[in-house]
Formats: sequence, structure tokens, C-alpha cells
Amino acid sequence: MSVAPAEVDLPRSEDKSVPDKPWVTIVWNDPVNLMSYVTYVFEHVFGYPRSKAEKLMLDVHHKGKAVVASGTREAMERNVEILHGYGLWATVRQDK
Amino acid sequence: MFRPTRGGGVSCWMSANEAQLLRTLVGPVMELLSDPSKPGGVASDATSATGATGGGATGDEAAVFEELERMFEDSAPDAPEKEKPADPVLARLLPDAYHDDPEAAGEFRKYTESSLREAKKYFAQVMLDTLPEKGGRIRLTGDQARDWMRAMNDVRLMFGVRLDISEDFEGQLASLDPSDPAVPAFEVYGWLGAVQESLVQALAR
Repeated sequence: MSVAPAEVDLPRSEDKSVPDKPWVTIVWNDPVNLMSYVTYVFEHVFGYPRSKAEKLMLDVHHKGKAVVASGTREAMERNVEILHGYGLWATVRQDK
Repeated sequence: MFRPTRGGGVSCWMSANEAQLLRTLVGPVMELLSDPSKPGGVASDATSATGATGGGATGDEAAVFEELERMFEDSAPDAPEKEKPADPVLARLLPDAYHDDPEAAGEFRKYTESSLREAKKYFAQVMLDTLPEKGGRIRLTGDQARDWMRAMNDVRLMFGVRLDISEDFEGQLASLDPSDPAVPAFEVYGWLGAVQESLVQALAR
């Protein structure tokens, strides 16, 4: 099926930690999740102060989605797993 | 409704009916998460395509197309290890972790979906275990309260999908005829939201 992975052509094979392109956790707007709940989850999961958690929640609410964290791919995937546990609609991608 | 207690917990009083209602609603979420026949898979709506061939196909031709479709389906390589579940509620409870990258989403799902299912079942079980049989006072630790919050949220997500809830829930409810059979479900959804809101407020204090 598959041929040799494309990574071998990259100058640095550790593609997951390209320093100028961090990975991000995105949360998408959802009509069901309560605003207070989403704020609480951001505070509790990320340890953000209330004001930051609220601002991110409002970003999600008004803009349809927001980047809520950035870092390594592994850390972002872990975030998404936790957020899915809370029923938030979260995804990972590499920042553009 | 929930209030904070000393030590970071919460408590509330619930009638027998309310406790029974919650038990009844958590059941289907549990079933969906447990159902081995819904492991994430293949939607099979292919049959609906056959009626729409506007090319003047005769009955025989239509049958051939149908057979071809089946062949392609059957000859497709084994379904990738993990696809988004076909059931829309389950797809919302276990969403893709990558938005535009089905391959990465499938890979992620392969390694995490079963533990996410187990976690959600655990939250639901905590709720079932702490609901008083005949109603009464419910006391939860902070951890149990967060499990409740998540279990309630999964129930609300199930309603959200089934009732096609929008941001304007109040407007949706108001536009329904009072005799509409969906009204009770919308009202239960509203009640669930109020209980969850009180739980969040009690915890956030």
C-alpha cells in the first residue's frame, strides 16, 4: 500500500517539534454546552484565571472557534482527549 | 439545585421523580457508549443513491449499478481501524480530533476512543451510583461533581443532536405548538441545563 514515509526528505526528521510551527488546541462553538460550563472547563483543565477562561469562551461563542492552547503535538492531543471527556468539541492542528 | 458545601463539594435535594428521570436519561448514553455494534463505522446509505440516477436507466441497468455499488463496498479494503461513529449522537460524544485530516483523526481515534468511551461510562456510572433511589439529599465531592457535570453534559449533547437544538433554544421551544409531542423533551432539556448550570456555579464558587 504505502511507500516510504515523506519524513525522510525533511531536513530535520523530528517533524513533531518544528519550533516555528507550534501545535494548537482549537475549541469549536456548540449550541449545547453552557457558557459557564465552558468557562469552568477552561479554568479547571488549563489552570487559566477566570478572566482568561471567559475571554476564550466568548471567542469560541462569537467567532465559532478559538485557539485555547499551544505547544507540542502530544500535549495538544492530550488536551483534546480531556476536552472530549468534558464534551467540548475540540481539535488539534499545527499552527499556520 | 446544587449548592457548594465545605471542602469543595456540592449538594442538592432531588425528588424521586427527578432522580428517576436522570437515571432514565443516562441509560441510553451508557448503551450507546457500550454498544459493540457501534464501534465507529461505516454508514450504509448507499441504497438511497440508486433511485436518483436521472440517466434513464432501465430497471436492469439500475440493478447492475446496485450490484456494482455492492461490489465496490464489499471489495473496499477493511474499514480503517477507526472511523467516526455513524450514529450522530455517538459521533458528537466521540468527535474527530483532527478537523481536515481523516487519516490523523482515525489514527488518534484508534488509540484513544476506547479509553474515552470508558471514561464517559465511568462518569455516567458515578451519577447512577450517587442518585438516591427514592430521592433526597445528594452530596458530592468535587471530583464526583465534575463527573456528574460531564455525565449531564453527555445527556444534554444527546438531546442536542436528537432535538436539533440551536443557540436559540428558548425560541425553538416557544415556536412549538403546546400539543407538539416534542415539547416535553424540550422541557426536560431545559431542566437539565438549569441543573447543570447550578452545578457549575456551585463548583466555580
